[in-house]
Order: sequence, then C-alpha cells, then structure tokens
Amino acid sequence: MTAVFEPWNETRGAEIITEHANLEGATLVILHALQEAFGYVPEAAIPMVAQALNLSRAEVHGVFTFYHDFRHKPAGRHVLKLCRAEACQAAGGDALAARAEAKLGVSLGNTTADDRVTLEPIYCLGLCATAPSAMLDGRLIGRLDQKRLDALVAEAQR
Amino acid sequence: MSLRLFVSRDAGAIAVGADEVALALEQAASERGVAVEIVRTGSRGLYWLEPLVEVATPQGRIAFGPVTEADVPSLLDALASNTPHLLRIGATDEIPWLKRQTRLTFARCGVIDPRSLDDYRAHDGYKGLERALSLGSDAILTEVTASGLRGRGGAGFPTGIKWKTVAQAKADRKFIVCNADEGDSGTFADRMIMEGDPFLVIEGMTIAGLTVGATKGYIYIRSEYPHAVEAMDAAIVAARRGGHLGDKIGGSTYCFDLEVRVGAGAYVCGEETSLLESLEGRRGIVRAKPPLPAHHGLFGKPTVINNVLSFAAIPFILAEGAKAYADFGMGRSRGTMPIQLAGNIRHGGLFETAFGVTLGELVDDIGGGTFTGRPVRAVQVGGPLGAYFPRALFDTPFDYEAFAQRDGLIGHGGIVVFDDSVDMRRQARFAMEFCAVESCGKCTPCRIGSTRGVETIEKIINGERVSENLALVEDLCNTMKFGSLCALGGFTPYPVLSALKHFREDFIPAPTTLQAAE
Repeated sequence: MTAVFEPWNETRGAEIITEHANLEGATLVILHALQEAFGYVPEAAIPMVAQALNLSRAEVHGVFTFYHDFRHKPAGRHVLKLCRAEACQAAGGDALAARAEAKLGVSLGNTTADDRVTLEPIYCLGLCATAPSAMLDGRLIGRLDQKRLDALVAEAQR
Repeated sequence: MSLRLFVSRDAGAIAVGADEVALALEQAASERGVAVEIVRTGSRGLYWLEPLVEVATPQGRIAFGPVTEADVPSLLDALASNTPHLLRIGATDEIPWLKRQTRLTFARCGVIDPRSLDDYRAHDGYKGLERALSLGSDAILTEVTASGLRGRGGAGFPTGIKWKTVAQAKADRKFIVCNADEGDSGTFADRMIMEGDPFLVIEGMTIAGLTVGATKGYIYIRSEYPHAVEAMDAAIVAARRGGHLGDKIGGSTYCFDLEVRVGAGAYVCGEETSLLESLEGRRGIVRAKPPLPAHHGLFGKPTVINNVLSFAAIPFILAEGAKAYADFGMGRSRGTMPIQLAGNIRHGGLFETAFGVTLGELVDDIGGGTFTGRPVRAVQVGGPLGAYFPRALFDTPFDYEAFAQRDGLIGHGGIVVFDDSVDMRRQARFAMEFCAVESCGKCTPCRIGSTRGVETIEKIINGERVSENLALVEDLCNTMKFGSLCALGGFTPYPVLSALKHFREDFIPAPTTLQAAE
C-alpha cells in the first residue's frame, strides 16, 4: 500500500501546526504531523513552526536536521527499509543489503531515478529473533532471504 | 460449540505471517461453517514457532506452529474434528522452553488480549496498584527498595533510590517518564511487553506517580515501533475509560495521566538526558549530570525516568511483595531478567529467568546454537555498546557485576549470536561507524573519535601498519571511554576492545608465503 500525501499547502500546514502548538515540547510532534501529511517537512514550514512555538528558525532547523526520520524532500513511491543492525548482520543481512542495492541500482539512503523506490537502512526494527528483517511501506517482513527480498524489490518497483 | 483460537498480533509474529494466518483461519472457518473466535494476543516469545496458533481446550491451551497460510485448511479440519495434526506441539504451558522460564514480568504476555482491560484485570492486573493505593508512598518505597530492582535499561541503578530521590524533591510539578526508546539491536522485550501487555506498563508508571507525587507521565517510544505506539495509545484510552487513568484513579483521590510521544530515529535518545531533551522538543543532546533527572529532569522538574521493563516489574513487586521478587537472582542482581536471544540463533525469543544463568546455557542449551547450524563463534551481549564474548567466556553468569568484571555489560538483556563466518574486524568497524552516525556531537571523543576509529580500523583491515594502528585504536578507545558524558561514546569501546582482545587473530594478517619461506 502506497501512502498518499497532500501537496504542500500553507493554510493546511498552519492548521497542523496550530493543532499541536499548545502541547508542551511540541516541536517533534509537529514535525511528525507535517511529515505525515506531506510526506516530508517542507522548508517553508520551518519558520512557521518557529513562529508558533516562539523559537528561532535556527532552533527548529536544528531539531529538524538532528533526527534521521525527518525528510527534506518526498521519498519515492515506496520505501523499502532494510535492518542493518547487528542481529540482522549476524543472520546474513549484509549480503541481502548488497543484493537490494544491486537490484535497484541505488545505494542505501537513496531513491531510484524513476522515483519509485527509496531504499533505506534502519537500525533495528526489534525483530531480532526472526532476522534479517525489512519494512516495505510500513509492512514488516522477517526471516528475509534472497527469494523474499527479490519479491519485495519487485513489489516495490511495480 | 465455538473454537477459541489465539494468534499473536506481535510485530515479530506479523513479520512472519501471523496476520495472513489469522485471516486464513477466519475464511476457512466460515467456508466450513465452523464457529471460531480468534483472539489476537501478544507473543509468547518463541519466535521460531511463530506464527503460533493456540486453541483453548478444557485441559488448557494447545499450541500449533509454525503455521503458514497453506497449513490452515488442514489445521482447521484437525481442530474441528479433534484429530492429530503434524504441527501440533502440545500443551503450551508444557513446552520446555516456556516451562523453564520464570515469568514474573511476562506472565501475561502472549496469554491475554492486549486490547482488553477486562482480560488484564481477570489475570491479576491492577492488583499491584490496588495494594499500592492502600500502602501509601513510604511503604511503596520500602517495597521497591527491598525488591532489589535495578534499572532494566542497562545502567542497573537501584530503582528504589531513584524514586525516593524524586519523592523527597519539592516542586510544583513532577513527571514520570518511560524510556521506550529500545534502540539496541538484539533487544525487543520493551516492544513485546508494550504490544502484548500494555496495561502492565501503565500500571507500573501509575504506581511510580503515586509514590513520588507526579500526576503526568510520558512514554517515549521509538518511531521504529509503530505497533507498540498503537498498542500503548489504545491501552491508555481503555485505561482512562476504565477509571485507571485520569482523575480519581481506582476510586482514590489520586490523579495520573499518560501521553505517548514518538521519537524520530535517533539512537542517542535512549540515553535518559538526551531523551528528556527530545521530549522537550529539542535536539537530543546529552546533558551533563549532575543535576540528576531526579532533581532537574523533564522541563526542569523532578522526574522519574525508567526503562519499560523497570516499570513493568513494579506491579508484581507490589502485588506479591518485595520478597517474592528478591528471592530470585544472585548477588546484587535480584529478581528476573527478560533475556532476548537474537541474531543467528535457532531458538530465538524472549527468555525471562532469574539472574545467574550462564551465557553458555543461554546460547547453546536454551538458544540451541546457530540458525545456520555452524559453530557459535561470538556473541554480543547488551546491544551495540556491549562487548563481544568468545566461547571461552561462556561460563559468565548473567549478572550485572559478573559481566562488568569481564569488561562487558548485560545492558538491556539482548544477546546476538554470530557463527564462525563472522569477521570481527568488520564488527569492530561497525561499532565505530554506528557511534559516528548516532553521536549527538556534544563530546569530542565521541563525535570525532568515532570517525577516526572507523578510519584506523579500515587501515588495519587493509593491512597498513597493523600493530601500530591497533595500539592507536586501543588508545583512542580509552580516550572515548573516559572523555564522553554518556554511554554512546563511553561504551562504544566495549565492542571494539573486546573484538581486539578475544578475536585478535582476525586483526593480525596471516603470514605471507614469502615470509613463511624465509
């Protein structure tokens, strides 16, 4: 299932910010909400968040760039995350990651030229007893092997 | 008569097809006109048997697994006609792997419906809070202290002392924070308990609030755990509706409420002060201690911050008494530890047992060796900041002090098994790489040292001035160990130095034929 995101819209962005602005320590909550709506955190939203929370733009930018989750631009239509932490390494994850990179023609952390698939590393899905594991658009897959990975890649490319 | 079936909704079970199996069971049942009720539980923690399907019988639950979609028609026929099936394991409670455990914290996980407050109460839920309300703050503190419970996040600080410090602090507001930023690879106990028994975490936090005089709590869950977020959110709503959160809890005058906050992919936010910064909406930069969070925590207020498993241990201690908990364990490590067996392992999963079991028993006997069938060569205990242990140290008992004596740590109780194909140079380099990526940047030895560490180990791998560079890495590790504020920079040396010490042969290049000829 592909997530459908709204195109960036200032009024809608302002609405989302206002909705959460009264929470204590709201910055992350707002950035998450913006990303959930638009698929990334648009540059234009940063000063709006700053204004709403009475922070400087630099502070909000600092938070935005500190965390791996927040995107500067939209991801591909599908996001394939491969767990690259130790438990998955122990279970053959290195070879599978290399295989996915070769099949998609991009290295981890990048999006295919046709914008179909973003391939990302993730540091632990907590499925360490059924390693190696992956996540395709929010769907979890354990006990990954070549066959299952190939099927996932094919599904993502569709 | 309707068949009552149990299929896990735990993320680990879903990842290997539990949702598909549950759906197929429903469809097959309706095709056959068999009445079934499918309860989606947490996981029992026997992941090599997932998807596990259990059926209720007058003699208790009978387990089948691992079940695939293709097995469902024949399984349902066997269940409906009460005839044998190839995947039948037997009575769940009699499965040796489960029977050998001492499940105090995970007693209900995999048994109850995590969405049902009634089910929780029917299985002794909220008995701890009930007794806590009758005891009052001082007596609760005495119980928690006497139980010997130490922080299950990894640091092992006595929970009773932490709570007492916050209870004695004077402030207009105090907070309870649950650290559910379980980022260590090889650990999933927090995830399992949040997904499988979320009310337990809520009850533990509520007792903490009652004890120290806090009325608001936050659960900071990592974003990589969407199922846990959903489960905790649903449980909070149900607990509020049931009068267990909000005003006048359990008919008392006491108020307490909870909120879930989601992390954003920063490993360092598992460090408590970094987590507090993140909760306040800032970059997860580590704070210097003192002041301790107990005095100056969230929003500058006195704060109890504990790991999920610490809070989850509390209801048992209150319901059954400190002694019932402290009777388990060894030395200064009292009670039980939910140990997680992971990586290249045959029988991976959650094994809760009293402290004192040896590493060898856990890996070879309970874990059944490697999944690949090759010999076990190394195990990393305690996550990315934990040491690699060779077989020679498999007699180490699972105990905070015993692991520290051997330059390791038990951390959050994760054990990642590697077979003999592992290249320890790569593991050492990865430890430094991970630190470089995840460093918050505050301390120079961590921020820059980790990058220099990657480069130097890279040189060793390429055979450049190996002995000189090995000495350099050791020196760098010492600088990181003593020059970093938190465990990220301070403990990254553990995996690196243990790899160097116990697996030296991987780092020294084999003599070339030319040298051999000389």
